Amino acid sequence: MWSARGAGLRRFVPVKGYLCVFSCASKKLVVQSGIKGADGRQSLPRPEGTTNEDHLAPGESPPSISVDIERISKVFGAGSEAFKALNDVSVGIRENEFFTLLGPSGCGKTTLLRLIAGFDHPTSGRIRLHGEDIAHLPPYQRPVNTVFQSYALFPHMSVGQNIGFGLEMQGKPKREVAETVERMLALVRMEPLRDRQTSQISGGQQQRVALARALAPHPKVLLLDEPLSALDLKLRKEMQIELKRLQNETGITFVFVTHDQEEALTMSDRIAVMSAGRILQVGSPQEIYEQPADRFVADFIGETNFLTAELTKINGDMARVMLASGRQVMAGLPEGATPEPGNVSLVVRPEHARLIPPGDNAHLSGRLDNIVYFGTDTHFHVALADGGAFIVRQQNARAPELSMEKGADVGIVFDRNAAQILRD
Amino acid sequence: MAESTLTSSQPADPAPDSAAAAVAAEREVVRRNILLSTPALIVLFCAASGPLMIVLVYAFLTAGDYGGVVWTFSTEGWLNVFMQRDIFDETLTVADAHMSIFWRSVKLSFLTTVTALVLGFPTAYFIATRPVQTRNLWLFLITIPFWTNLLIRTFAIMEVIRNQGVINSVLMSTGLISEPIQMLYTDFAIMLGMTYVYLPLMVLPIYASMERFDFRIVEAGYDLYASRFQVLRQLIIPLVKPGIIAGSILVFVPSLGAYVPPRVLGGGKNMMLGNLIELQFGQGRNWPLGAALAITLLIIVMFALIFYVRSAQKNGGGHG
Repeated sequence: MWSARGAGLRRFVPVKGYLCVFSCASKKLVVQSGIKGADGRQSLPRPEGTTNEDHLAPGESPPSISVDIERISKVFGAGSEAFKALNDVSVGIRENEFFTLLGPSGCGKTTLLRLIAGFDHPTSGRIRLHGEDIAHLPPYQRPVNTVFQSYALFPHMSVGQNIGFGLEMQGKPKREVAETVERMLALVRMEPLRDRQTSQISGGQQQRVALARALAPHPKVLLLDEPLSALDLKLRKEMQIELKRLQNETGITFVFVTHDQEEALTMSDRIAVMSAGRILQVGSPQEIYEQPADRFVADFIGETNFLTAELTKINGDMARVMLASGRQVMAGLPEGATPEPGNVSLVVRPEHARLIPPGDNAHLSGRLDNIVYFGTDTHFHVALADGGAFIVRQQNARAPELSMEKGADVGIVFDRNAAQILRD
Repeated sequence: MAESTLTSSQPADPAPDSAAAAVAAEREVVRRNILLSTPALIVLFCAASGPLMIVLVYAFLTAGDYGGVVWTFSTEGWLNVFMQRDIFDETLTVADAHMSIFWRSVKLSFLTTVTALVLGFPTAYFIATRPVQTRNLWLFLITIPFWTNLLIRTFAIMEVIRNQGVINSVLMSTGLISEPIQMLYTDFAIMLGMTYVYLPLMVLPIYASMERFDFRIVEAGYDLYASRFQVLRQLIIPLVKPGIIAGSILVFVPSLGAYVPPRVLGGGKNMMLGNLIELQFGQGRNWPLGAALAITLLIIVMFALIFYVRSAQKNGGGHG
């Protein structure tokens, strides 16, 4: 009963994921273009809300966990030279999702990927694949394949032989190998290059071969270690779309490692933001962007204004905070923490605030310090009355509502629910 | 020359003139290149081609009574390589002694190459997978035996394997054997000695190939369900093959003509080609036979090289 239903879900979910990404992307566009999203945050379920669940019909069960990472730590070296690459990391990667590990270099994201692949073994903790503990298995016994940053194609084999290698090693009959290779070549649109040597094809084509090679054995999970970092911008954009398409067509769970926030936001179903060996926040691109729980997350992804405010009252999943100006606003609570009443840190995205003439309506007031023109939008740097700084991003219009001069006194007003409390 | 005089007599046309100048300049370059390579050519001729020519000529002369050659054309030397003439009735029979020496030379060289490969490949792999800072130390250790005289190294091996040597003493003192095992003065001793002496020649080229080998490819192999053995066979060996071939040639060729190890470790009776040649130029006083044997050795080496190159191309061709 359950398994039949699971299978049905499995086939259906990718399509939903696909739709979802585009709806997320368009939402983001709307937000950035400065048209005030009235639906803001309230439509999002909290705190467990994800885009996948967003679109699940009532009564449908949440997607099952594919890779369950439980309290994983990884220490390299020993003694005084010991380096803790991963520090008590736990996360559940769902079936059929495009999951991204995002963070600066050295944050442990590649280490985590290598632990899932089996190239390294955790110092402590457990990795389960569909409930089965795989931490002790060598890489060649895990139904998991990797697309390497360097591609690591086999230079003495043709494109077709590279793609068929995994299947051959699994001992699949020759005909099945040949058929799958053809299918994979078609999937990555490389049919005419089957008999080429890997040294005779371009970087983008090598990337496709690496993808096809890793997808050919139809792994349960595909691991991608910054696969696009070696490509130029145009090719990278193409491959982003390509990757998304491949994920939808194959229905395989993708675990994608990147340090590029834009790549993560546009491609992922969910993102885990990592820093210094820890996962700081897991959520949909929208959640990560609009409700950063942590100062690092808020700072790493997009531009942000940091403010200090005083929390006065918690009301459900929102809180009432008093700004330095004395005005009170409602702010979102950070995931996984309940701040005490008192001073809290607050973030407001630059595009979630507007400039108005100074007056009682303004949440904050200050003097316009600098105006930077970006073509589609303009950044207004405001020196706040209490000493801080605040950036407002405004979409450029043909007929601006109010013209601003450098040095003018201005007021700043937040969009509804634009403020987000950080856990400090 | 004719062309340039022809064109220079027609000053109205500037194009052929410049062409003639270009030709002249090119000739100048060629002449200078020949001039510059003269020292190298002289060395090559005096040290390699010249002596070889002398050997080739001697192989077709008659042996002198007390060594040396008499300048009379003869194929007796060549005949003696394969046949022997009965002292009394002058009937020809196949020279069994020579044949067994040829066979021993080829067999022992082949076994030496295989043994050196079996020992050298893991050694090279080990060094190539060490951290970069320590690799040079390991290479240094590999090359240390080269600093010692070949004869001394061979005597060291002798000390290890002789009846009262290290191995037999240890085995006897532990009671595993009651009589010493005869290892010295056997084919095994020769092979052991040659393997020891030529092992670095196997390790170094394989290491050079492996150092360039991208070990992330091994991870990719494991990731794609290849077992350790399959990774070795399908990925590492094909990719370091140039090193394996170079190492095999570097071990096989000098083994075939080895002189010291068979002389010291094989005693007098287990001769190889090198010893036979020396014998003919020395006590045997049959220089034409020695020269013919030397040429024969050269031909065997050439065939071996052709075989290597062929097999390398064939195997390489499978992968395109």
